[in-house]
Amino acid sequence: MTVCIQTQDFDAGAEISALRLARSDIGAVTSFIGQMRDMNDGSVVSTMTLEHYPGMTEKALQDIESQAKARWDIFDTLIIHRIGTLKPTDQIVLVVVTSAHRGEAFAACEFIMDYLKTSAPFWKKEATPQGERWVEAKVSDDEAQARWKV
Amino acid sequence: MKLLYFASLREGLGVESEEVKLPATSVKGLMATLAARGGVWQEQFDGCKQIRAAVNQVLVADGAPIQADDEVAFFPPVTGG
Repeated sequence: MTVCIQTQDFDAGAEISALRLARSDIGAVTSFIGQMRDMNDGSVVSTMTLEHYPGMTEKALQDIESQAKARWDIFDTLIIHRIGTLKPTDQIVLVVVTSAHRGEAFAACEFIMDYLKTSAPFWKKEATPQGERWVEAKVSDDEAQARWKV
Repeated sequence: MKLLYFASLREGLGVESEEVKLPATSVKGLMATLAARGGVWQEQFDGCKQIRAAVNQVLVADGAPIQADDEVAFFPPVTGG
């Protein structure tokens, strides 16, 4: 179980291979990449800056990984989340899960993303032609998390 | 007690962190104390804005207790991922 908070980009292929090749009883690898869009809430977005709460962020993500591991029969997890200023098409977040079978890996990966969205202390600020604005939390994210009933 | 503010709340208050001497309370109690400072503090902590709290870096509910030497952070709902 690994958590990385970093400003630099990541090589998703290399990260996935490293987890996949770590053991020979892995039969399924799922991954999710979040990418920055050039449009949000009807406005063109030129850059996005991610702020976080150092210390709590790492703890929150490790806790999410522990919950996934307790809930599903999975082998390993990786979460990489970027901070700082990003531009459209930049990668924001990577989640990788390995397990023996796909069902567990798919579910755990989705669970980790839904929990990250509502409980990891990150905040996004967007630069638009109308000026800077903080991204508002979405009710749909709370609903996605509530589905897991923890 | 160490207090931290993040994102739009930090910008609204113009304060990133501070050390305060306060007796043990609850998240709700501390928010009322901060709102009583008036001005931007009243504006941000008047109960109309959605504010989340973390005590010692763990997300907690409004009724959670706070000890005199805790680290307490206030911030808007998170938007990572």
